[in-house]
Amino acid sequence: MKKFLAAIMAVAMTFSLAACGSSSEGNTSNAGSTSGEDTFVIGGLGPLTGSAASYGISVKQGAEIAINEINEAGGVKVGDKTVKLSLNFKDDEASEETAITAYNSLMDEGIDALLGTVTSAPCIVIKDYTAQDGILQITPSGSAINCITDADNAFRLCFTDPLQGKTMADFAVNDLGYKNIAVIFNNSDEYSTGMKDAFVEEVEALGGTVVSTQAFNEGDVDFTAQLTAIKNTNAEILFVPTYYEAAAYIAQQAKDIGLGLPLIGGDGWDGVLKQVTDPSTVEGAIFLSPFLSTDPEVADFVSAYEEAYKATPDQFAADGYDVVYVMKAAMEKAGSTESADMIAAMTEIEVDGLTGSVKFSADGEPEKGAKFVTIKDGQYAAYNVENTEETTAE
Amino acid sequence: MFNNILEQLINGLRTGSIYALIALGYTMVYGIAKMINFAHGDIIMVGAYALYVAIVLLHLPVIPAIIFTCVVCSVLGILIERIAYKPLRNAPRLAVLITAIGVSYFLQSASLLIFKATPIPFQSIINIQSINIGGVTISGITIVTLVVTTISMIALTLFINKTKAGSAMRAVSEDMGAAQLVGINVNRTITLTFAIGSFLAAVAGILYICQYQSLKPTMGALPGIKAFVAAVLGGIGSIPGAMLGGIILGIIESLSKAFISTELSDAIVFSVLVIVLLVKPSGFLGKKKNEKV
Repeated sequence: MKKFLAAIMAVAMTFSLAACGSSSEGNTSNAGSTSGEDTFVIGGLGPLTGSAASYGISVKQGAEIAINEINEAGGVKVGDKTVKLSLNFKDDEASEETAITAYNSLMDEGIDALLGTVTSAPCIVIKDYTAQDGILQITPSGSAINCITDADNAFRLCFTDPLQGKTMADFAVNDLGYKNIAVIFNNSDEYSTGMKDAFVEEVEALGGTVVSTQAFNEGDVDFTAQLTAIKNTNAEILFVPTYYEAAAYIAQQAKDIGLGLPLIGGDGWDGVLKQVTDPSTVEGAIFLSPFLSTDPEVADFVSAYEEAYKATPDQFAADGYDVVYVMKAAMEKAGSTESADMIAAMTEIEVDGLTGSVKFSADGEPEKGAKFVTIKDGQYAAYNVENTEETTAE
Repeated sequence: MFNNILEQLINGLRTGSIYALIALGYTMVYGIAKMINFAHGDIIMVGAYALYVAIVLLHLPVIPAIIFTCVVCSVLGILIERIAYKPLRNAPRLAVLITAIGVSYFLQSASLLIFKATPIPFQSIINIQSINIGGVTISGITIVTLVVTTISMIALTLFINKTKAGSAMRAVSEDMGAAQLVGINVNRTITLTFAIGSFLAAVAGILYICQYQSLKPTMGALPGIKAFVAAVLGGIGSIPGAMLGGIILGIIESLSKAFISTELSDAIVFSVLVIVLLVKPSGFLGKKKNEKV
C-alpha cells in the first residue's frame, strides 16, 4: 500500500512539475523574432487565464498583429535608426497580486514600455510601479477612472467607466426614450461600480428614474433573487455594467424568470456571444463598443487576425492593435525610444486607429467618439442611433 | 408584492434543494465515518465536467450521459474513500480532516490541469419552457430541480429505512463497534455511503450546471461550503436535518438578497448559523448525544 501511495505521489509530483513548465511557457510570448540593440520591447500585462481571459488573449493577439505588420514593413524609423518591435506578454490573471509579480519579472527581463494592464483593478496598482520606474504605460482597456490618475507616464486608449456610464444613460433616456430604468452591478468591482454611479447620476439629471439598483458580489453565479426583484418593479430597461461572464449569466437567468426587459451594457459585454449557450438570451442587447469586426474599414485587420488566430477579433484585439500604433507614433514624434521623450510626445500625436481617431490629453485621457453595437440574429451588428425601429422591436 | 415574495420563495426553494442534495452527502458521511468530507463539493465539479465530457466530447445521448456522470462520481467517491480515508480509519480526526482538504485541492488542481481555468460554456440538457401561473413565472430548470430533488430524497429515505443495506448504515452510524460484532461489514457499508453520497453530488452537479451553464474548476467550492453549513444547520448526521437545513438556507439567502441586501446575504446566512448553534448546538434535527466515556 505504501509503495502504491509512493507511486501515486511520484506521478502527482511529475504532473505538477510539468504544469509549472507548461504554464510559464504559455505565459511568455515573443512576437517579432529579432533580438538585439535595435529592438523595442513592449511589455504586456493582461489575463490569459481565468474569467477575464478573453480580454487578455485578444489584446495580446491584436498587438502581435500590429507588431508583425510594423516589422514586416521594415520597423519604425526613430531619428536615423530603424527599430524593430517585439512583445513580451505575461498573464496577470486580472489580479493585483499576480500583476505585480508579472510586472517585476517583465522589468527583470527588460521592457521599454508597458502595454497594459488589460483590466482595471491591476492597472490601478501597476501605474504606481511604472511611474516609479518612469516608463511609458498605455492601457488598452483599463477603464476605471484611477487607472491612470497621478501618473504622468500613464495613458489610456478606451473610455473611462464614468464616461461609459454617462454615455449609456444619455443613450437609454434620450435615444431609446426610457424613463424607468433598473441597474444590476458588481459591487466588488471598480469597473462596474464606476459605470453604475455615473449612469445613475446622469439618468436622474436627465429626468429619468432608476427604479431598482441591485448589487451582486464577484464570483456570484445566481442572480435570480435580484432579477426577480427587478421584475416586480415598473422598470422598462435593464442596464448591466458588468463583464461578459456575469452578463451571460444575467441574460440567461433573466430569460428563465421571464423578465423580458431590453438589456444594455458597457464595453465589458464584448465577447458575450462566446459565453452564452443560447444566443437568443442576449438578442437585441445594445452595448458600447468602439470596434465592430464587420465594419469594412477594418477588413484588413480582421482578415489578418482571422488568418493568424482562427478567430474573429473583438474590441480588445483592436485596442491592443491601436496601442502598438500609438507607441509607434509617439516614438516617431519623439525621435527617441526613451520613455521620457515618448511620454512628452504623447499629447502631440493623433492616431487614426481601428477604434477611431484618437488624441490624448495631458492627464492621459483619450479624446474620441462613442459607437454602439447590438446583437442581431445572434451576431454583433452596428447600432445606428437614429434608427428607432430596433428599440420598438424589443 | 405577493407575486414577488412567491417568486423569491421559489428561487430559494430551488437553490435550497440543490444545497440539500449536497448536504445529504456531508451528513451521511459524517453520520457513519464521523468525518467531514471537504472534498464533497468538488465531486459536484467533477460531475459537471463528466457531463460535459459525455455530451460535448463523447457525443452521448442525454440519458447515457447522465448515467455516465453518476457512475464516474460514485466510482470517484469510492476511490477517494479507499485511497485517502480508509488507511486513516483509526488515525486522529484532525489527520482525516486535513486529508479531506488535500483531496479537495487535488481534485480542483487536476481539473485545472485537464480543462484549464477558462470557463467553458455548457448548453443545458434540460429544455423545458418556463411556465406562468397567475403572473408567477417558474423556469423549466426550477421545476426539474424540485422534482428530481424530491424524488432523490424520498428514494434515499426509503432506502435508509426499508432496506437491509440501509439498516446496516443506520447501525454503523449508531455504534460502529457493536455493528461489527453483530456481523455487519463496516468497510463495505462505509464504501456504500460514499458511493451514495457521491451519486447525489453527481445529481446536484448536473442540476447545477444546467442552471448556470458555465464550467470552471472551482465551481464546487461555494455550493460545497453552503451545503456544509446547511448540514450543520439541520443537525449534522441527521438525514431529514440536511434536507431541512438546505431548504431553509436557500430560502433565507433568497429572501435576504431580495428584501434586505445582496451584499449582506452571506453574512445573514452565516449569522443564522451562529444563532442556531448557540441556541441549539446540535442543529435543528440533530440528536443530542452525551460523550461516551
